[in-house]
Amino acid sequence: MDIQLTPNDVAFRDEVRAFLKEKLSDRFKRAVVGGYIDKDTIVQWQKILYEKGWIAPSWPTQYGGTGWSITQKFIFENECAEAGAPTLVPFGLKMVGPVIYTFGNEEQKARFLPDILQSNVWWCQGYSEPGAGSDLAALQTRAERDGDDYIVNGQKIWTTYAQHSDWIFCLVRTDGNAKKQEGISFLLIDMNTPGIEVRKIDSIDNQHSLNEVFFDNVKVPVANRIGEENKGWTYAKYLLTHERTAIAGVPQSKRAIERLKQIAAQEISAGKPLIEDEMFCAKLARIEVDLMALEYTELRAIASVADGGAPGPESSILKIRGTEIQQAVAELSVEACGYYAHALGQGVGNDYAAPISTKYLYGRAATIYGGSNEVQKNIIAKMVLGL
Amino acid sequence: MNFNYSEEQTLLKDSVSRFIQNDYDYETRKKHCAMDGGFDAATWQTFAELGWLCVPFSEEDGGIGGGAVETMIMMEEFGKGLVVEPYVSTVLIAGGLLAKVGNAEQKSEILAGIIDGSRKLALAAVEPQSRFDLFDVQTTATSSAEGYQLNGAKAMVLHGGSADTFIVSARAAGDSRDREGVSLFLVPADSDGIERQDFPTLDGHRAAELTLSNVKVPAAALLGMDGAAVPALESIADEAAVALAAEAVGMMEKLYRETVEYSQNRKQFGVPISAFQALQHRMVDMFTMHEECKSLLLRAVMSHKAGDADFSKNVSALKYAVAVKGQKVAHEAIQIFGGMGMTDEMSVGMYLKRINVINTLFGNGDYHLKRFISLSV
Ligand SMILES: Cc1cc2nc3c(=O)[nH]c(=O)nc-3n(C[C@H](O)[C@H](O)[C@H](O)COP(=O)(O)OP(=O)(O)OC[C@H]3O[C@@H](n4cnc5c(N)ncnc54)[C@H](O)[C@@H]3O)c2cc1C
Repeated sequence: MDIQLTPNDVAFRDEVRAFLKEKLSDRFKRAVVGGYIDKDTIVQWQKILYEKGWIAPSWPTQYGGTGWSITQKFIFENECAEAGAPTLVPFGLKMVGPVIYTFGNEEQKARFLPDILQSNVWWCQGYSEPGAGSDLAALQTRAERDGDDYIVNGQKIWTTYAQHSDWIFCLVRTDGNAKKQEGISFLLIDMNTPGIEVRKIDSIDNQHSLNEVFFDNVKVPVANRIGEENKGWTYAKYLLTHERTAIAGVPQSKRAIERLKQIAAQEISAGKPLIEDEMFCAKLARIEVDLMALEYTELRAIASVADGGAPGPESSILKIRGTEIQQAVAELSVEACGYYAHALGQGVGNDYAAPISTKYLYGRAATIYGGSNEVQKNIIAKMVLGL
Repeated sequence: MNFNYSEEQTLLKDSVSRFIQNDYDYETRKKHCAMDGGFDAATWQTFAELGWLCVPFSEEDGGIGGGAVETMIMMEEFGKGLVVEPYVSTVLIAGGLLAKVGNAEQKSEILAGIIDGSRKLALAAVEPQSRFDLFDVQTTATSSAEGYQLNGAKAMVLHGGSADTFIVSARAAGDSRDREGVSLFLVPADSDGIERQDFPTLDGHRAAELTLSNVKVPAAALLGMDGAAVPALESIADEAAVALAAEAVGMMEKLYRETVEYSQNRKQFGVPISAFQALQHRMVDMFTMHEECKSLLLRAVMSHKAGDADFSKNVSALKYAVAVKGQKVAHEAIQIFGGMGMTDEMSVGMYLKRINVINTLFGNGDYHLKRFISLSV
């Protein structure tokens, strides 16, 4: 057992650090701290990574990946997050891209992958429906064959960034008579096609990320189907299990804790800085202990993959504990900001309070999306504990 | 021993609860938030006509002599409806302070206006640095031949934007954290030298930041004893804390009931999600947390009624429990609603925001846990 990085990995880490020092300008960092990042800023950052060749470390090298070891990928993600780089928008790079290069045909790969790597095209994920959340396979959006096209009718919901997107990847029902997982196909749909309507969902964080997407007789070429008809569920499940690194959000939580400490040093409570308050420190310490455990749990998972093995049972708890810790940090941050965490006035109180609140409110969703924590626990009970 | 409401109390509860049910749904509330001042002036007049604005005042002050029980009854119902009208700030806090320490003239001039709905007052006691210590006052009051001159900044003045008069705490003597030397003043909102910034808070209510630069008030503006305002402020803070906790308890009840109902109607995997034991147990916990907070609320209210020495300790127990359990219940509600819980279409998120604001008013969980410890030794 040895926790030291190899000299090669140290050299790699330093290379990443030097790159971030040069390219990650304050403008990007400020945008991250400020909470809600606009599309242009993210695209600019993603293009910088693309130019360096580092935009898609997990992709196979032939499609534009870096060929890094899992340890290097881990180091890269960690360094980016610790330096305060914007989080990449996952829908193209981490979700549909891998499905296309794994299950798509050559024409689809040539057509879609370069634009994903270069962040020229924005994707959104059209899986969930009003009646199909945790039970995704219950989805009802229909695609009926009409010559070389499908005619799509139905509704998607919670579609993050649909308002910005050029394309949507969708699960649709192509066989209403089969078992529910077996009649689903995976379609790529141009958001400019007539018959698509995007409606904003007002959310509790007062930002616009969520939408409903309606399909009214939308014509989609059969050529936009990934893989075989009625096999979409298999591809989607692959996608759900594909991107497993960095789901714990350890470096993000570390940064959030550092931020919280800075805030607590500025906030005054009972006539002294809040950071000197014992009760506050005890709460903070409890979260830090949880995060230390999580960090090592993640390292154990990474190490077993690096050894050529599969991630062990310990990896199943990363998402659950990661999101719970993110929420705990956010709660304590709101508490630290006192009254002003809840003020919406321009220039009222300290400028750090408003993004803290937004993050806290949006962060309630972390235990809901990406497989809710209850569903994750059901899976662990079954798959890990054999219950 | 008896925890039953009297006939009058039952009538009061029914009347408020009927109003919320029939006239104050979530959409109506949203409209009120968007109105001038952040509430509906017509609804405020209705409150006056229904006799709700006079409830806590003594008969000689023009009220009906209601006590902590009546306030609790109303606040729980207001909580369920997420009422945004300035009942706590004008009636309970400003009116309560006036009734406590005002002289006959001040009371007769103002209380009647509060009761008939024509006047709104707001307490300006918090300062940017004071957090929960109401004695931590840096705003100064210098006396002169004509009266007093006030200078300083006040923070989070609840419904300060719509108030015609502020009750301002200012330091006449001593250092910023001395318990002695703080006085209260009645200050017309349109006085020269007052700047106010009115802003919404996340829960849809309003607050204001004030700066006072050489604001002149006459000697008659002094409210209560010169330099001895802290005990009165702390006593009204305890009463306000109980009222706000009652509002939160009303919300907790609503949250667990709505979650139960939602889970029975929401189907996934071919069954209502209420069929999953993982969720059933959590809803049982939500219900339990509500009952515990309700018990602590009754405990605080009863001890107020009896004038127990334990009142403050009971308030701290209550406010601490509501801070922790109230937020927990709201978080659980959102989780069990799933994506729907994240939308503004549902009210669960708004309950969370209101509970979080209540947690910062008159002492958060840590503040009250510490006070509980110090009152226990
Ligand atoms: C902020 C946000 C962004 C999102 N972005 C996207 C997106 O871009 N694209 C997209 O397709 N979807 C997106 N989603 C949707 C997300 O994947 C769903 O919200 C999620 O699958 C849960 O579904 P639901 O909201 O319908 O909740 P439901 O499935 O109705 O669940 C409600 C509650 O029941 C619990 N529950 C359900 N089944 C069980 C069970 N068997 N045992 C125990 N408990 C159970 C859940 O854990 C939850 O607490 C997003 C959601 C949010 C909140």
